[in-house]
Amino acid sequence: MSDKQMNNNELLYNYLLQLGDNSLILGQRLGEWCGHGPILEVDMALTNIALDLLGQTRNYFQYATEIEGKGNTEDDIAMLRDVRDFKNVLLVEQPNGDFAYTIARQYFFDAFHYLFLNELKNSSDERLQAIAHKSIKEVKYHLRFSSEWVKRLGNGTEKSHQKMQDAIDDMWMYAGELLEESPIDKEISLLNIGVNLNNIKDNYFNNIKNLLEEATIKVPESTYFQKGGKEGKHTEHLGFILSDLQWMQRTYPNMTW
Amino acid sequence: MKNWPLWEVFIRSKNGLHHKHVGSLHATDATMAMENARDVYTRRSEGISIWVVESKHITASNPEEAGELFEPAQDKVYRHPTFYDIPDEIGHM
Repeated sequence: MSDKQMNNNELLYNYLLQLGDNSLILGQRLGEWCGHGPILEVDMALTNIALDLLGQTRNYFQYATEIEGKGNTEDDIAMLRDVRDFKNVLLVEQPNGDFAYTIARQYFFDAFHYLFLNELKNSSDERLQAIAHKSIKEVKYHLRFSSEWVKRLGNGTEKSHQKMQDAIDDMWMYAGELLEESPIDKEISLLNIGVNLNNIKDNYFNNIKNLLEEATIKVPESTYFQKGGKEGKHTEHLGFILSDLQWMQRTYPNMTW
Repeated sequence: MKNWPLWEVFIRSKNGLHHKHVGSLHATDATMAMENARDVYTRRSEGISIWVVESKHITASNPEEAGELFEPAQDKVYRHPTFYDIPDEIGHM
């Protein structure tokens, strides 16, 4: 294997982690709603979405272990890394808050995720193409679910409108990182394996603007966005998520069901 | 959410079959009812088509009227197509 190939594999490995971590952490967050949803039907919807995301995570991590070729499993990637090794964006680790916060977080992610996977379908890597084709059907529904709820709460009562507006305002500073290129994003898009985030940036913000207008929610004006997640610099929340997620493996190493 | 209307859900499991009542759920409007039905009733590939209808639009027969509605049919055996030989190839009718 030449040095060039080795570098590309390492790059792809890290890219897969970056994608998988977003789905893993958001899935874990949504899982926290299990048994606590505002109504039974929404409880099931949120956990359905969580399971979709977890399934996508497995696709990325399984591929990553094959690329790595050291005999590690998808579980090793999910359960044995520490905070600084996680590459998810800050948005997905934010707390559930009230239902409007969960919906705002979900909508910002779904709006990105759909455009992203649509581009990933054109990856020069066949495996990524396949994952994108499979996932986008799920994500199309996620986007429909979260969009409808933004509109419903925005156009609902005075109280639901205010809650939706507050949630959008507070989550906004985490929305931009999704489109911010990490060094990995930049390099892998040059190889046509990964998505060039600049190609979807305008669409992303336009789509958000249109939906929020439909929901009678004011579009936040700030163009300053928090970032760092993709490079392992996280908010204080991720550590708590991981202690929940990884507790079993940390306490009883190598335990299996 | 106690005031959310009740909806009845009908699902067609595959092409050629008819929609079958599978249960009910709460939702504020038809769009939400459709999404909820999808999430609650089709998670295990139960269907390819969903109908939702607000329960209040369904007129149900009154159990107390079962006598005049259904019993007269019971002694009219000639209304059943049991006097014909049905070829095996037809299958279940």
